[in-house]
Amino acid sequence: MFARIVAAMACGLLFGAGLVVSDMINPARVLAFLDIAGNWDPSLAFVMGGALIPSSIAYLIRNKRQAPVLDTSFHVPANGKPDRRLIGGAVLFGLGWGVVGLCPGPAIAALTTGRWEAALFAVAMLAGMGAYRFTLGRPMPDYSFK
Amino acid sequence: MTDTNFLWPLSGGLLIGLAAGLYLLLNGRIAGISGLTASAVGLTHAGVSGLGVGFLGGILGGAALASALIRQPELSMTSSPLLLIAGGLIVGFGTRLGSGCTSGHGVCGMARLSPRSLIATATFMAVAALTVFVMRTVFVGGA
Repeated sequence: MFARIVAAMACGLLFGAGLVVSDMINPARVLAFLDIAGNWDPSLAFVMGGALIPSSIAYLIRNKRQAPVLDTSFHVPANGKPDRRLIGGAVLFGLGWGVVGLCPGPAIAALTTGRWEAALFAVAMLAGMGAYRFTLGRPMPDYSFK
Repeated sequence: MTDTNFLWPLSGGLLIGLAAGLYLLLNGRIAGISGLTASAVGLTHAGVSGLGVGFLGGILGGAALASALIRQPELSMTSSPLLLIAGGLIVGFGTRLGSGCTSGHGVCGMARLSPRSLIATATFMAVAALTVFVMRTVFVGGA
């Protein structure tokens, strides 16, 4: 378990650095990308495109392996069908993302800047996760991150 | 925008994808930050997860290191407490209800061509773009 936590931390280090290097940590940059009808900034297309290259390669390698390096089996959810929870959640998330320009990863990384706006958003985000956990999230199994 | 420098976003994206790919091959899991955040603070059915704590600690360390050594980020965002609280609440609730965010559905789900993730990503991108359009149109100069 210790090795897995160290691996998670190492992956987090790369992830956090990537958010800063790409400037995805900056809400104005994100909103400029989402502003397709205005003064569109295509930067985030390069972030997503760049991220999909190693990620796709890893998922191709995964298909040839029985188990990951540090665990006995993969914990990737099976490809189920879309449902109302998926769509409803994506609509709510898109709404909040479009209002502020922070999604969960950058919201965590932005805490390192010491900005009170980022801290307030992160606290509210945790409260939203808690609100889900004790309402709609109560009866359903959390099949994404067991 | 006229800035044609795509090397920053591309290299940052490669780092994010490398993190997601390594997390899959080492730990066999999806690097979805909404789920990892919830698990780090015990807001999943599994209680507090060491993996979530480790990954989130890594994000904080990586962001701090990159800010100090590679590129100083300059954040520009709304200072309306109402928008920040409302936005944070629905991002937190929505990502848990929809089982993922930009990383889990976007970077990981699209890489493995998951139909659920493709639909989720298309949905939150479209809604976010529409939201930005409405915010820009209705609240001129705001947000």
